[in-house]
Amino acid sequence: MQRFILSKKNQTAFIGAILIVFGFISRFALRNETIATIAFAVASVIGIAPIAIQAYQALRVRVVSIDLLVTIAVIGAFLIQNFEESAIVTFLFLFGAYLEQRTLNKTRSAIKELTEMAPESALKQLENGEFIEIDVDEVEVGDILLVKTGAKVPVDGTVLTGEGHINQASITGEPLPVGKHADSAVFAGTILENGTLQIVADRVGEDTTFGRIIELVEEAQDSKSKAERFIDRFARWYTPAVLVLATIVWFFSRDIELAITILVLGCPGALVIGVPVSNVAGIGNGASHGILLKGSEVIVDFSRVDTIVFDKTGTLTIGEPEVADVQIYSADVDTVKSYAASIENESDHPLAKAVVKHIGAVQLFPVEKTNVIKGGGIVAEVDGHSVIVGNLTLMEREGVHLSDRARADLSKFEANGNSLVMASVDGELQALIGIRDQVRPGIKDDLAKIKKLGVKNLVVLSGDNQGTVDRVARELGLSEAHGHMLPEDKAAYIQNLINKGHIVAFVGDGVNDSPSLALAHIGIAMGSGTDVAIETSDVVLMNSDFSKLPHALGLTKATARNMRQNIAIAVGVVLFLLASVFFSDWMNMSIGMFVHEGSILVVILNGMRLLRYKLKP
Amino acid sequence: MQKATIHLETLTCPSCVMKIENAAKAMEGIDKDSVQVMFNSSKLKFNFDDDRVKINDIVDTITKLGYEVKKSQVKAL
Repeated sequence: MQRFILSKKNQTAFIGAILIVFGFISRFALRNETIATIAFAVASVIGIAPIAIQAYQALRVRVVSIDLLVTIAVIGAFLIQNFEESAIVTFLFLFGAYLEQRTLNKTRSAIKELTEMAPESALKQLENGEFIEIDVDEVEVGDILLVKTGAKVPVDGTVLTGEGHINQASITGEPLPVGKHADSAVFAGTILENGTLQIVADRVGEDTTFGRIIELVEEAQDSKSKAERFIDRFARWYTPAVLVLATIVWFFSRDIELAITILVLGCPGALVIGVPVSNVAGIGNGASHGILLKGSEVIVDFSRVDTIVFDKTGTLTIGEPEVADVQIYSADVDTVKSYAASIENESDHPLAKAVVKHIGAVQLFPVEKTNVIKGGGIVAEVDGHSVIVGNLTLMEREGVHLSDRARADLSKFEANGNSLVMASVDGELQALIGIRDQVRPGIKDDLAKIKKLGVKNLVVLSGDNQGTVDRVARELGLSEAHGHMLPEDKAAYIQNLINKGHIVAFVGDGVNDSPSLALAHIGIAMGSGTDVAIETSDVVLMNSDFSKLPHALGLTKATARNMRQNIAIAVGVVLFLLASVFFSDWMNMSIGMFVHEGSILVVILNGMRLLRYKLKP
Repeated sequence: MQKATIHLETLTCPSCVMKIENAAKAMEGIDKDSVQVMFNSSKLKFNFDDDRVKINDIVDTITKLGYEVKKSQVKAL
């Protein structure tokens, strides 16, 4: 019975509306006060039923809810036989709840669309080789699954057989389909546009990249900032306080009308709902633009940022450096190349990859006693010789002799904006390699937009030499540039900024820069969506798309502003209502409920504006 | 200990959050500190002791409180 009444809330509101209209017709057109009174009374009784049930359920778990305030107010109105007001108040309350539900669903729609992209079923291979359809929750690691054209990949896995093209936009934001064949990795939530694949499940459910993204966004939309937690604590005591206040007023004035009006006016609806609504709409807008914002604290912090620190390689630049200049000092060019390539093959460093790619196919030697020096290079033994490949700092530390000619070349290379890789054999410098990395196209405009949004202090930090970093900074119009920085130096630099009272965001690739990402107020990872970056950062730009950064900054500013507006609206309305109940004579229960419900709708509609937010060009 | 995620009907009123939270915390066998009611995603998450309380009883309590349970998932911790 209870559940039936609760499930028919919307219909109840509708019937209430008809009865109220009927009541007014009989009063003013038919001049029949008896029928009018009956209509209003019936509307009140059926209207208060679901509200009273909710109030009772809340009381059972020791919560003084808004429903209780409204229920008492309506009962009070009944006692003084003001049926018209009790009918209108219950109707407005129910109708308001209906509209809130509708509009809230709208604000949540962007994130809902994302979660609905989650795969639901999978085709699993049985022992006899046949495939049957099962729920995606039932897939286990190691299962062999069939993916047909047009279907979603159900889990993260590896292709066993077959070929096809997969649209990975849901994970990477990249709209162009990617070719997949045996041994390719495939990701849950991506769509097979053509071909057929058999895959083996590597990660399932919440452990998949897509599952983690969803979980992250869902947690983000419900995360609470300090201000919000304060409001929540406030609301917890506010509702009982209103009840006490109304009782006191009634006790001293013996005016039931006044007491129940206070009950209705005191409902804290807009205050409690205002901030979560802005939050969910802002995060939803971000999600649909490939920007993951991890919660409302992040939004508040990022909106106040005054300094953005950038990593250079892979962030400001494309991150695929190429060899631009080479100078070899040894007569035996081939041997030097072979040694260098052998050592650089051991490394995943972007510069090392560029060197290997440039040298191409040469004879490779076994590398022994490899010692990787972080932020320096590699020291090892190759073919019986002590070989060092790395930067100037490493060469100097290892006591490698540099001739005057080499030093001249060095400054020339550096002035050209090269990152330098040197190779020495048995303590003698043999090769100087200059490597250049192109800045990302369009990045200058993006940085200009960021400046326009009020962040004046843009800094680049890099492990590269000062010449390269300066060149990038000049080209892009950055305010400061610091080279020769190890990951810990970057972290120390950021700590220093924080100590000086700056609000700092750090933008990096998330792999070597995790200390800086964690330390900065806001860590922004340029992630392809599959990196650990998602875990360590506060903001993720999908598909490493730098052009999303200005949008992210503008969006958080708009969202923070929206939250403040909503708090102001809510507080303003309550103050206005309380003031007018004591100092004016036109305020009554119905008007109070109308304004109260209206203010809730206003904050929701205000929050919804964020869904359409776009950065002004 | 088991970790449960209960998908609820769309939550629209903030006092619902408090009601569900208090109801869950009052139940025997549920780890109070782990109770998390997510307003926007309309989910209830908590850890519980399978020997002391069954997931079906928890779902019943929430339903009796007036909220429709759409789906519940339980995972071993």
